[in-house]
Amino acid sequence: MNLRRDVFQAIADPTRRAILLLLAASQTMTAGAIAANFDTARPTVSKHLQILTECELLKQEQNGREVLYHINAKNMKEIADFLEPFRELWDDRFNKLEAIMKNYQHKK
Amino acid sequence: MERKTQIQAEQGKPDLTITREFDLPLALLFKAYEDPEIVAQWMGTKVLKWESKKHGSYAFETSDPKGNVVFKANGTIHEFIPDLKITRTFEMENSPFGVTLEFLEFEGLSANTSKLNMHVIYRSASHRDENLKLPFDYGINMAHNRIEEILNPQNKI
Repeated sequence: MNLRRDVFQAIADPTRRAILLLLAASQTMTAGAIAANFDTARPTVSKHLQILTECELLKQEQNGREVLYHINAKNMKEIADFLEPFRELWDDRFNKLEAIMKNYQHKK
Repeated sequence: MERKTQIQAEQGKPDLTITREFDLPLALLFKAYEDPEIVAQWMGTKVLKWESKKHGSYAFETSDPKGNVVFKANGTIHEFIPDLKITRTFEMENSPFGVTLEFLEFEGLSANTSKLNMHVIYRSASHRDENLKLPFDYGINMAHNRIEEILNPQNKI
């Protein structure tokens, strides 16, 4: 049975989020160069790359004997668009809560 | 300094988690959930009822400047343990996503920092997605603007 991969599952993991950030900064990298940024064992990083590719958050490109990875910008944007307004709504509320309680603390 | 609110929502699941770290002692964070006057300020709504206790209930209502009610919500409290947790239901009236069950957990991180973890369970994954997709409600936006005005003189964070 094939596990159905989805993008939200993909970004739930901190290592995978770190890989996405890394690739967002450097555009294109080989699997080896990506793995060099983590203490995690190379096969573990490969597994993360595989999941990110299956979810279509990363694209693979054959370059001679090496495989290059880069971000699939379209799908990354979909995640952000979907959750961001909801996140901002709560972030706004909580920023207000924090500001109000700081005032309250100082008044005491 | 990472103080952003984080949302975790796996695709196809009927729940989501909202996490936030605050530059506030645990007792002050909890007070913002206990005192109806403070709740009214940060939620940007009128608090009609707010019983901070087991088997208590609460109700919100927001009106536009002309006095038309644009937002109504209510819920029942199942557990209310100061500085630790609140378990409650939440229902935004006339909304497409129905009643949710909410588990709020409060945790002190240091003398001056604290964390809130809010686990929200919907009737189904599609009910949850309706809420996530809900465009910014006019009422909520207006209420936010009003709070902004109230706080503006001293709101220099």
